[in-house]
Amino acid sequence: MKTETSPEKGSKRELITFSIGQQDFCMDIMLVREIRGWTKVTMLPHSPADVLGVMNLRGAVVPIVDLSARLGLGACKPSKRDVIIIAHIGNQTVGFLVTAVSDIVGISPEEIQPMPKVGGLDENGFVQGIIASGDRTLRVLDISELAAAMAAEPVEA
Amino acid sequence: MASLNELRQIFFQECEEQLEELTDGLSELELLQPDHEPDPETINRMFRAVHSIKGGAASFSLDAITQYAHAFETILDELRSGKLTMSREIIPVFYRGADRLTDFIALGEAGSVPDVSELANDISEITALSSDSHQIGEVEFGDDCIAEFVPVALSFAADGADLSDTEHGNYSIKFKPTKALYSNGHEPVQLFRELETLGSVDISFSLGGAAAWDVNDPDISWHILLSSGCLESEVYEVFEFAHDLAEIQIEILKTEKPIFESSERPAPALSQLEINAGGLANAEEKETSPEKAKSAQKATVRVDLELVDELINMVGELVITQAVMTQSITESELSVSRQLATTLDDFKTLTRTIQERVMGIRAQSVKPLFQRMGRIVRETAQIAGKEVRFITEGEDTEVDRTVIERLVDPLTHILRNAIDHGLEHTDRRIEVGKVPNGSVKLSAAHRSGRVVIEVNDDGGGVNREKVLSSAIEKGLVSETAKLGDAEIDRLLFLPGFSTASAITNLSGRGVGMDVVNSEIRRLGGRVSIISTPGQGTTISISLPLTLAVLDGMVVNVANQTMVVPISAITETIRPEASKVHLIGPEARMISVRDLMLPIIDLGTIFGFEPERKLGQDGILLIVEDDKGDQFALAVDHILDQRQVVIKSLESNYGHVPYVAAATILGDGQIALIVDLDEITNEIPVAASVSPKPVRVSA
Repeated sequence: MKTETSPEKGSKRELITFSIGQQDFCMDIMLVREIRGWTKVTMLPHSPADVLGVMNLRGAVVPIVDLSARLGLGACKPSKRDVIIIAHIGNQTVGFLVTAVSDIVGISPEEIQPMPKVGGLDENGFVQGIIASGDRTLRVLDISELAAAMAAEPVEA
Repeated sequence: MASLNELRQIFFQECEEQLEELTDGLSELELLQPDHEPDPETINRMFRAVHSIKGGAASFSLDAITQYAHAFETILDELRSGKLTMSREIIPVFYRGADRLTDFIALGEAGSVPDVSELANDISEITALSSDSHQIGEVEFGDDCIAEFVPVALSFAADGADLSDTEHGNYSIKFKPTKALYSNGHEPVQLFRELETLGSVDISFSLGGAAAWDVNDPDISWHILLSSGCLESEVYEVFEFAHDLAEIQIEILKTEKPIFESSERPAPALSQLEINAGGLANAEEKETSPEKAKSAQKATVRVDLELVDELINMVGELVITQAVMTQSITESELSVSRQLATTLDDFKTLTRTIQERVMGIRAQSVKPLFQRMGRIVRETAQIAGKEVRFITEGEDTEVDRTVIERLVDPLTHILRNAIDHGLEHTDRRIEVGKVPNGSVKLSAAHRSGRVVIEVNDDGGGVNREKVLSSAIEKGLVSETAKLGDAEIDRLLFLPGFSTASAITNLSGRGVGMDVVNSEIRRLGGRVSIISTPGQGTTISISLPLTLAVLDGMVVNVANQTMVVPISAITETIRPEASKVHLIGPEARMISVRDLMLPIIDLGTIFGFEPERKLGQDGILLIVEDDKGDQFALAVDHILDQRQVVIKSLESNYGHVPYVAAATILGDGQIALIVDLDEITNEIPVAASVSPKPVRVSA
């Protein structure tokens, strides 16, 4: 899956790749603030099922989203081996629970193909495009879309 | 160099201080006994404030402010020179003047210009006070006078007539700067240049003794001979900012005719005035008296509020980190040496102290708030047609800035109410043998870790009969209810309550006392009312010192740690099974001292677990909501009682039902802070049962 990272950036975007279960995704690295291990979160009452709770990130209260559940891949039981990608979107800081973070790749826009229409998957709304590299496919997530969806979903009891 | 924009900003900030000074002076004058002469220093201070505003405004070409301040200043000058005598009638005009000036400054800050005709009207209102009609003619308010306006030259223009025959005054000035003058960035050369603008200057200097030359603290003194026709005060003005930092002696070398008719001022052939000596008796020279200046202002630094907030946040984190560290060391089961234990303790004390001090930075005195309220009182009194004496107390009390901002609306409402409904009309007051002028007192004080703000009027008190009948009419109270006096008074805070017969211009603006109550609640405070028929009403607001910290009870609900604000908790009980009654299919109540209170299970509210059997393990927290209704909150255990730092959930996530905010506990875990008002307001305790406590007939 190595895509050469040419020194002259040109129009290339740097993306961070990670896996959820057996599937590979990536997102714009500019949004990512840090990556940390899973620690216990405080559950939020009456929150959507994919919001696991809130975590103390050096004094800030940061909500943690189960990306697997959010993308419709089924809820994930967080374990110590999972990691949290802390992303800064707009004025919000949000953590995304994923299985593992693997690499940083430079991708030029031409390499991103539009997502083929695969019937009625939840993730479709959040996927900007798809990258085929070697034997793997990476889906590019639109994180702002994800975060916006979260804020707009205050679920009442 | 600071950009012009920055300077402009500083000017407006300073205006705020000057206006404060002006209003201070006014309230001092207002408190004066009718037959007493006002303290010349008070008028001087007011004059200086307006003068500085004028000077600043002129340099930023804010013409409206300049013109208005000039008119104001002229009148103040007449007052201090004794041409105008102090009288009761002047004060309201001055207050209006101060209010207008505030408005103009606000307009100027927003970048707009007031209506010219309006400005002329306002100016003529204030100049109408002048004793000398001929002088008013000299103050012109056309657009064309702006160009000619020279602030320094005009500052004593009012005395122009007297000045014309003054002989040239010559001054001998001895100037020996201290080290502080240099380190504050003053340049003696600048001062000399300024002196040059007054007349011809002859400067000589002498180097001091044998000590080696120190660049940072040069031992040098100057002797300046100034021949000019200027006034002494103008010379002092040049040294206005330097007089604390240098030894300055100013001697008048030639006879000068007395300028003011005021007999107070002697005209000595050689009057030596040592500025640093302080004890100057003359009204005019006091302008630069350092002692007064010192008492009036403390040294301050202007800091960006964001920076302060950032600092507060970081200190909050420091406190948490400290707690986490201590906890993990204690839990690690290592043998903790005595030295480590002491160091940890020291560290804890230190972090707490830092936190307290940093919180203190955000604190502000309530003075600007009170002054703002003074204006509201005056305006309200005018509309209501009542004469009101407004007294303030404890203006120096410090409260968190945010609290101050959010107190404006509630206090406005309370004060309007006090004047409109509380105070009787003058004839009625005379009838019952009170002083004709009603008075409203606004006071602030620190009391046991909280701030108490009280509004007290000497009016007729709450008309309980009317309140009760009005409440019954509106269906807020049942007809048969027997309420105590205090309970009737509290009815005023019920939503939907208004004494309908008394809708005036002032009331009926859609804001009721219930809004006051809920706003204060939101700040973590409480409102209470004490009324004595015929003698007046006191509404007191008790607030936490800061919004960043909350006194909370840490409880355990279905293995989740939560925090309940202590301010709402009236007591905690371990219920006996026999006291818990099942009412309807689900609702349960508990009788506490003959009062039936609905039980709300926090675990159920938050959806943590199905309702559990009560009576064995649970603990009930008796809480009072913003309407004064009591509820029993069921929790599993009480873990701790502590101050918690409030962290917003909204900034990164959004609103969580029944949760006010979050906090971080000693172990670094987040705990949610329960929003009691949201629970009691929105939860139908049980469809079949009224959520109101029912009094059991014993």
